[in-house]
Amino acid sequence: MPDLIDTKSPADPAKSGAVEATAKPEKARSLGSDAWEDLRRRPIFLISAVLILVLIVMSIAPGLFTSVDPRAGDLTHDYLRAPSYGHLFQGDWFGYDVQGRSIYARVVYGARASIVVGICVTASVTIVGGLIGMLAGYFGGWIDTLLSRLTDVFFGIPLLLGCLVVLNAFTDRTVWSVVFALASIGWTQMARVMRGSVITIKQADYVTAAKALGAGTGRILFKHVLPNAIAPVIVVATIALGGYIATEATLSFLGIGLQDPTISWGIDIDSAQKAIRQAPFALFFPAGMLSITVLAFIMLGDAVRDALDPKLR
Amino acid sequence: MRGASQAKWVVAAVAVALAATACSSGGSSDSSGAADAKGSFSYQSTEPQHPLQPANAMEVGGGRIIKNLFRGLVDYDPANGKLRNQVADKIETTDSQHYTVTLKSGWTFHDGTPVTAQSFVDSWNWSANTKNNQVNSNWFVDIAGYADVHPEKDKGAPTSDKMSGLKVVDDTHFTIDLTAPVSYFEYKLGYTAFSPLPKVFFTDPAKYGESPIGNGPYKFVSWEHNKAVTLAAYDKYAGVDKPKNGGIVFKNYTQAEAAYKDLVSDNLDVLDQVDPSDLASYKNDLGDRAVDQPQGGITSIAFAMYQPDWQGADKAKVRQGLSMAIDRDTITKTVLQGSRMPADSWVAPGVAGYKKGACGEACTFNPAKAKELIAAGGGVPNNKVTILYNADGGHKDWVDAVCNSIRQNTGVECVGDPKPDFKTARDLIDGHKVDSIMRSAWQQDYPLNANFLRDIYGTGASANDSLYSSPEFDQLSKQADAAASIDKTTELYSQAEAVLAKDMPAIPLWYYKTNSGYSNKVQNVKFDSFGDPVFTEVEIKK
Amino acid sequence: MGRFVARRLLQMIPVFIGTTALIFFMVHVLPGDQVRAMWGDKQPDPAQLASLKHKFHLDLPLWQQYVEYMKGLFTGDFGETLSGRKVIDVISEAMPVTVRLALMAFGIEIVFGIALGLLSGLKSGKFADKSTLVLTLILISIPVPVLGFVFQTIFGINLKWVKPTVQDSTDLQQLLLPAIVLGSLSLAYVARLTRTSIVENIRADYIRTAVAKGLPRRKVIVTHLLRNSMIPVITFLGTDLGALMGGAIVTEGIFNVKGVGNALYHAINQKEGATVTGFVVVLVIVYLAASLIVDLLYAVLDPRIRYA
Repeated sequence: MPDLIDTKSPADPAKSGAVEATAKPEKARSLGSDAWEDLRRRPIFLISAVLILVLIVMSIAPGLFTSVDPRAGDLTHDYLRAPSYGHLFQGDWFGYDVQGRSIYARVVYGARASIVVGICVTASVTIVGGLIGMLAGYFGGWIDTLLSRLTDVFFGIPLLLGCLVVLNAFTDRTVWSVVFALASIGWTQMARVMRGSVITIKQADYVTAAKALGAGTGRILFKHVLPNAIAPVIVVATIALGGYIATEATLSFLGIGLQDPTISWGIDIDSAQKAIRQAPFALFFPAGMLSITVLAFIMLGDAVRDALDPKLR
Repeated sequence: MRGASQAKWVVAAVAVALAATACSSGGSSDSSGAADAKGSFSYQSTEPQHPLQPANAMEVGGGRIIKNLFRGLVDYDPANGKLRNQVADKIETTDSQHYTVTLKSGWTFHDGTPVTAQSFVDSWNWSANTKNNQVNSNWFVDIAGYADVHPEKDKGAPTSDKMSGLKVVDDTHFTIDLTAPVSYFEYKLGYTAFSPLPKVFFTDPAKYGESPIGNGPYKFVSWEHNKAVTLAAYDKYAGVDKPKNGGIVFKNYTQAEAAYKDLVSDNLDVLDQVDPSDLASYKNDLGDRAVDQPQGGITSIAFAMYQPDWQGADKAKVRQGLSMAIDRDTITKTVLQGSRMPADSWVAPGVAGYKKGACGEACTFNPAKAKELIAAGGGVPNNKVTILYNADGGHKDWVDAVCNSIRQNTGVECVGDPKPDFKTARDLIDGHKVDSIMRSAWQQDYPLNANFLRDIYGTGASANDSLYSSPEFDQLSKQADAAASIDKTTELYSQAEAVLAKDMPAIPLWYYKTNSGYSNKVQNVKFDSFGDPVFTEVEIKK
Repeated sequence: MGRFVARRLLQMIPVFIGTTALIFFMVHVLPGDQVRAMWGDKQPDPAQLASLKHKFHLDLPLWQQYVEYMKGLFTGDFGETLSGRKVIDVISEAMPVTVRLALMAFGIEIVFGIALGLLSGLKSGKFADKSTLVLTLILISIPVPVLGFVFQTIFGINLKWVKPTVQDSTDLQQLLLPAIVLGSLSLAYVARLTRTSIVENIRADYIRTAVAKGLPRRKVIVTHLLRNSMIPVITFLGTDLGALMGGAIVTEGIFNVKGVGNALYHAINQKEGATVTGFVVVLVIVYLAASLIVDLLYAVLDPRIRYA
């Protein structure tokens, strides 16, 4: 495993976007540039990257995709009206929901809340949980004991109770309070996965070798342990991302999540469930968008992980 | 496994109980030839929240079971909601304040002991006492001497365990003295809190609460917590409504969807309410086994009249305007899928004293007039209203629809303000901290318009969440309470209702309906105005 | 090893106290008055309300309530619910049901999750891998209530293969459908984690060595590849068993299973501190035991990991 002793690689391949690394081709081929070269040739990566880009644009500027007001509803004419599939990008493209509102417009406007919740919760959970898990796994001893038992305490809190308590502490319920609530409960799983992963990696020869060469703890952790231990974390994170978007729906259902006038796929999936037998389309489109989003992130995660993993070369 | 053996015990117990019934009735010769008088049926219910004691059942889960285990002096005829004597032979009064009760003889408790005047007086004295922690203890508030057994908060412990207003004359006679005339006191007596209790109750009320002994058409068999409560027909029942079946199993459901699915597959016999996701199709699924009829309850949205925004004489116009902006017809047909009926008064139809169209023009959809009235009344403060509701009650869809209706027809911004659960919403309502509008629902305690009016809109009334206060309304209800006859009472309350139309402290939205159904195994399933099936009438097909 | 286990068992005590205190406090700060809620839309009688609060010790300061609760707990008394039942009875009714359901879901996710993961890991990039990806994606991206509802409608009502809801929680056949729904999301996790791990390890030196030694393919896969790839999977499974038992609120509701999720939901809704804490105490013991077993399994799976 020669690449592991390569000391010229960029600081943190997981974070410092693989993109910049390509800017200096004269440098010895680093982990990051290797990864980028590899990614560019993967169709899965390209497709998922484009999808995510579209979703991000949609959440920033929903007005580009539709001119219909997502809150306006006409119960008399549009109550659960079936979709007109031929009317591409029109208000009636996906049909109308139980309040007579355009499902297409709501799917477009709902992207923002769902994407923000998904990405921000996953990012904070991965950073906080990952850091705690890494420290616990690498140092072992009393640090491990303390951090692991702390994780245990938090793990015991039922999600519902935790979210109720955290969300009730906010007077203004926004996307950010939902992010905070989900992150404050969700980090424990990531911490455990990371700890388990680090415990195996730290026994590896290349870590011992790095230690023997006199590398500092920080350097060992972030250059040798982290890149090798990150794979299961990425897998769990990309799947969890979809889970968090769906959990947001459950929270809305319990009256502690997002609420009107905010629009989110979660809220719409929840309200469409009651009409599933009459109007399956009202559930299909927001749920379908959620699935596509989850799909895009998992494919991206898979591709990045494969590309980053030095052992797969 | 433990669960399995428990289930076997229940089956065995039911079998024994049913065999006992069969011995006495001998051969079935009931109305419809195809009915099996010994069969029992299952009913969708929820876990009782308290021990099964008659004055301790506020919620439906325990309330329905109590209703079948006990019969009081009177009850309401399920066919027309009128009062009907049960244990009482007659209840006499000349001034609506001093009553003499004569009991029929022949009534027994399920343990064989007779039901006497003492059974009632002991029961009421015990239930009213604060230290016995019965949730319905204040139902006895009209009786003289109530303050001795139930002092007001922070006024110390009860000084007596008997109310001076209750006197036993002999086994079949007792007298009731009230602190003031209440013309419809007899109506209140139909409530389960006024049930009699056997002597064995007082030896250990807590233990009794787990296996109660009543005097009603059904006797207690078993209570498997969180699963089911089983009752069997009582063969020596002396009431007019003898059960036409052998027993009831109250099956617990936490999700109405699950109950509906069981009904469709004949694993459940009688449904409580069809869940929202099946409302659109239940008539199709069940055919002539579907039930759709009115119920004695109403949903309104009430204004926080204590907020400066809603004070001032002109604001009544704004409230009327908001009411006229709500398209009740369309919302009940679409979002509510026909499970409610548009309201045109503050009293539900079928209740004594209901007056059609009491709300008048103000409850008729008219966007143009709505805008006009709101402008005339000086508009809505900040041009925004919020409707507070609890998210755990399935109210979101209609609140959103009402808000959309208001926003699109008047330009007033309107958003729902969900609180996670009932108690959280209730905290704000009880503390009078509601910003603008709140959900308000009322289900009848007894089918009389006084119950829908004085208890909600009277100054200082316990359920007056709006803090609405009108001297005119109070004057009329006072006269009504002192009236000589029930007819005069309802008439005067109707006049009081007209005051509400003028002030609009709450917007009536729609009346409750019973949307239910039953399985292929049962027949003759009817529902009363409380939304409960007439349990004794249900017949099991052979 | 013995000392390690003993130390871990001792560490459970502070976790136990920390969790109970935290949960007790969290339930306390939930808004709303649970005693008031007994009256529903009707107004409570103030004197009766005060009397009932006194009965449940809710008129005491929080720390005193906690001390009272812990005193009871150490003598084996879990307290009472607002409806006057013993919390221990509520727990012992709900626990066996959920244990059955959770173990079934757990079994399903282990067997099918690992098998699918192994298959797609070995055939990385091939059709089998792609179709597993699609299957797991579908499972992950459908919200649990939707999945439960759709399964119930298709298998319970349209095809009539199983009863749509659980009538008898001791009948494992009736628990099958809810167990599948409950285990499906975790199944997807297990399959993905296994695949990732296998793909990573398949090129490791020891596998190359094992193949070079001429070991049969079966033996290489099972004793070398699978065993070494299990650490992340086991970690996940360890956290998941507890989650399955405590977090089945939605699934238990849809299929009318009277288990822990149901009881816990009800207790949180009613703000019953003693009941919520009682359940969490039991769940924490499960988590702690599971994480101890996971840590011990690390050493079994990877001989380089040792516990002093």
